[in-house]
Amino acid sequence: MSKLFSDENKAAFTSPLNVNNPVAVQVLGICSALAVTSQLKPAIVMGLSVTVITAFSNVIISLLRKTIPNRIRIIVQLVVVAALVTIVSQLLKAYVYDVSVQLSVYVGLIITNCILMGRLEAFAMQNGPWPSFLDGIGNGLGYAAILIIVGFVRELFGFGTLFGYNVIPQFMYEAGYQNNGMMVMPAMSLIIVGCVIWAHRAYNKEEVK
Amino acid sequence: MKLNTNSNVYTICYAAVMVIIVAFLLAFVASALKDTQDANVANDTKGQILTALGYDKATIDVAAVYAEKVQDNVFVDGQLQAYDGNFNTTYGGLIKNGELHVFTGKTANDEQAYVIPVVGRGLWGGLWGYIAVNETKDKVLGTYFYHESETAGLGARIGEKWFQDQFVGKPIFGADGEVALTVTKAGAAQAENEVDGVTGATLTSNGVAAMVKDGLTAYKDFLGGAKCTFEKECERSCEAECPNKGKCPHMDECQGECPNKAECQCPEKPCEQTDVEQ
Repeated sequence: MSKLFSDENKAAFTSPLNVNNPVAVQVLGICSALAVTSQLKPAIVMGLSVTVITAFSNVIISLLRKTIPNRIRIIVQLVVVAALVTIVSQLLKAYVYDVSVQLSVYVGLIITNCILMGRLEAFAMQNGPWPSFLDGIGNGLGYAAILIIVGFVRELFGFGTLFGYNVIPQFMYEAGYQNNGMMVMPAMSLIIVGCVIWAHRAYNKEEVK
Repeated sequence: MKLNTNSNVYTICYAAVMVIIVAFLLAFVASALKDTQDANVANDTKGQILTALGYDKATIDVAAVYAEKVQDNVFVDGQLQAYDGNFNTTYGGLIKNGELHVFTGKTANDEQAYVIPVVGRGLWGGLWGYIAVNETKDKVLGTYFYHESETAGLGARIGEKWFQDQFVGKPIFGADGEVALTVTKAGAAQAENEVDGVTGATLTSNGVAAMVKDGLTAYKDFLGGAKCTFEKECERSCEAECPNKGKCPHMDECQGECPNKAECQCPEKPCEQTDVEQ
């Protein structure tokens, strides 16, 4: 038990949440942060799907790592991710159809997400299955956290809603408040991600060089 | 003996075996789950039709309500005929072949309605929808729209209830007898045939507008759009007021009595056809 949660393993899980955040520090997965964050709910769904897929593809690649021929390792990683995503989406379609309708847009985005490839290449190829699993979960959640922040800001100021419920009271609109159409545009999410990275680096001055 | 994982033979064998395993795995999963998936799709489509009819598909037993309230019909040679083929979920090809499906059913408020399937193009992929029209086929009772891959939070919002509810009660045809129901820029809807589009998703909104227009135009014979709206109005008021009931398509006979006399001046061309239809 102590081995399962050794300091090293703990670090694999917690460091991507903060000092080694995949979006804020490694600057991976920016494209999907742009595409799905105009509202909170798709951002959460996307964050969770990436978490699950990263964790399990990390485990599979970690189990195979000693057999994978070096020259085609990227292809092998891609095949594993693509097969996994396809199987999961087929299962969802058969057993939880509503969720699969929600996710349909993201499946393609998950396969191309650079966080997956980045973690497979940088971590799972060198480490055992259990640390790889933790690393996958940690990175997925770190990614989800940024998505949720961006989704929160964009939905609140762009639509005046959260999860589709109105939160800006009516008297604010009567007093002349307007939803910011800029927030709805994809470009705005890059600016928000930029602000998040700025805040993150200012806060973690020592850890991030 | 340690395997040389860098040799060419190993690399090729590894790739081949991996591909074969993955191919079998995917083929197995796909074929094993196909029936369940198809059933889900069919059930979901029935739910979409019921949504257009004003039911909340989350709170009802979709299959049972559908079986009770809705019939699948095909419009052939000016007649609605019962359709007992497989429940079909793709209408694009069917409409192109001239096979026009019309679902007849009762709305949640127990009004007689016809549901018309429409298909179109959005920004990234296909759109589809169902439009429920009332018994006299000139007003929308409810709609359902959805999409293959529009952007979440922008174009994907055409799948939300507030967007679909905007269509309720809108007249389908304009004064010239053509389909006039359309989607404008967000916040720009003024005329009674217009609904607001989605902010930040102009191309998807345009896609919905085109889909509604093309889809309903394909069903023009069924909807009887050749009659202009004014004439229909006049006909109705005249039937109540006018001694020469039912002769209203010939406007002059109605002139004296029709209460909306001024509005009875229909544009001539599209209305000429109504004499035949009458």
